[in-house]
Amino acid sequence: MKLKARHTFFILSTLFLLYSFSIYLKPLTINDTRYDKVTAANGRLVWQKYNCQSCHQLFGLGGYLGPDLTNMMSQNGKGETLLRAMVKTGTKQMPTFNLSENELHELMEFLKSADVSGKADPRAFKKTNFGMIENYEVK
Amino acid sequence: MRLSKINIGNLFLITAVLMLVLGLSFGLLAAFIYLYPEFLKNELGFISLRPLHVSSAMFWIILGATGCVYSGLKGVANQITNFKIAIAQWILWVIAIIGIFISYFAHQFGGREYWEFNPIWALPIALAWILFLVNFYTQVIQVRKWPVYMWMWLTGLVFFFFTFTENYLWLFPYFREHIVTDMTIQWKVNGSLVGAWNQMLYGTAFYLMDKISGSKKVGKNNLAFAMYFLGLFNLMFNWGHHIYTLPTEKYIRYVGYIVSMTEWVFFAKIIYTWKASVNTIQKHYHYFPYKFLMAADIWVFINMGQAILMSIPTINVYTHGTHVTVAHAMGTTIGINTMILFAACFEFLIPNMYKDIKPSKHLNLIFWLLQISLLFFWLSLNVAGIKKGIWQLSPQQVSYSKMMQSLQPYFIVFVVAGLGLFIAFSALSIKLLRNASKSIINS
Repeated sequence: MKLKARHTFFILSTLFLLYSFSIYLKPLTINDTRYDKVTAANGRLVWQKYNCQSCHQLFGLGGYLGPDLTNMMSQNGKGETLLRAMVKTGTKQMPTFNLSENELHELMEFLKSADVSGKADPRAFKKTNFGMIENYEVK
Repeated sequence: MRLSKINIGNLFLITAVLMLVLGLSFGLLAAFIYLYPEFLKNELGFISLRPLHVSSAMFWIILGATGCVYSGLKGVANQITNFKIAIAQWILWVIAIIGIFISYFAHQFGGREYWEFNPIWALPIALAWILFLVNFYTQVIQVRKWPVYMWMWLTGLVFFFFTFTENYLWLFPYFREHIVTDMTIQWKVNGSLVGAWNQMLYGTAFYLMDKISGSKKVGKNNLAFAMYFLGLFNLMFNWGHHIYTLPTEKYIRYVGYIVSMTEWVFFAKIIYTWKASVNTIQKHYHYFPYKFLMAADIWVFINMGQAILMSIPTINVYTHGTHVTVAHAMGTTIGINTMILFAACFEFLIPNMYKDIKPSKHLNLIFWLLQISLLFFWLSLNVAGIKKGIWQLSPQQVSYSKMMQSLQPYFIVFVVAGLGLFIAFSALSIKLLRNASKSIINS
């Protein structure tokens, strides 16, 4: 039993590593010019520094107290101006954050990168084969 | 005092119980924010209380699992623990926990969801884990014919370290520059990390069943090994079910979906062995630690059923991003992980106490308060989640704040049930902590 268990463990672990590296190499094949990737990458750090994920979601992943912010940038009546104002003034539940102008710019670029990557609204998905779903509004 | 006098397993278990008490306190405070949005807004706020609660709860599970492995190893390994290494491991954990809590109180973040602390505090945790791996390796290397729970402990230890390291790939801008890949890796990590500590805890459940039943059959039969490898397969490849709505590669979502569906085998196994399980429950029901294993079995059934359904993308699209996900996370963390840990805590910290004496009515009452509170806690979150899911898919949505207001009745039940959980867990923890000094020092 021990020998068989050892072999199975080894084979599965090798497959897991190959699968993991196939994902790590993905960014090499992506060149999205719709946002500045260096600024957006810094914006991700701002998002983490102020723990925005505690209350907000991106693509339905994150906190549950505030709304999902994935496509807030392109939503009618919302957009960058509103987002900037919300960060500066806070709301009933959300405290006021004192971001520097540079941090705010980076955060907005990060949110822009989320917005152009796809739609998070569940209504944008349709059923395909075998119970899988596809987003028919992916940009 | 000589280091060899210290019961390492129990030292980690006691530390874990303290983490649980803190986690419950922070969780209760955070829950009040759902009812009173401005509660502690300027002092701590949800941005501090949530990580304080989540980190404490995770440390309860991770340190508890560590304590279980050390305690279990005493029964199966032929080499004794290296006490200096184990104490160094514990000290590193204490340093990390103090640093993390201070930074949360000071609103200093910088990490990701569930690991919101500055990455600097990940270093002592990683170092502590390396020491744990060294201690584990030196103790088990000469053991012949490993029972399944030793494989599960090994899996948990190795994969925790791998995924914990992977959890910090975002420090390199290369990984951060493309949000979809970045989030894919983030949820790959979250899925596999949970799988890793589940392996350590399910291994402990197998170990305890062997110990309580006095038979070595549980940990060495072929079915147990088959289930272990299926669990390992899921740990490695099923995490894609977290990100069906993320515009990541199709193959990642399909792999996650197909592998998740293999969990029906676990479900079928539970039903197939139902009668035998009922017989085992009747046989050992009088034994207090066993009650928690029994409860864990029932919560496995409930949560696995829910998890499998949520892993079907056409159902997932309704539940994703709603409190149904929270119900599932809380249901597994409390219903499964915490129940197994309490079985282990009562078995290891107060050994033989309930072998001949029936637990008091008071203790039984607390046990049932815990189960009933958890049931209402889980139900309230599920109903709130279903309501949010309906809102998400409705063509004419009211505003987010109005939708949240409409969930208030369910949040009231959630807070009251949370209070019940707090009372029950605190009472059980006090029972365990009263024995702390005796159980840490070997006579």
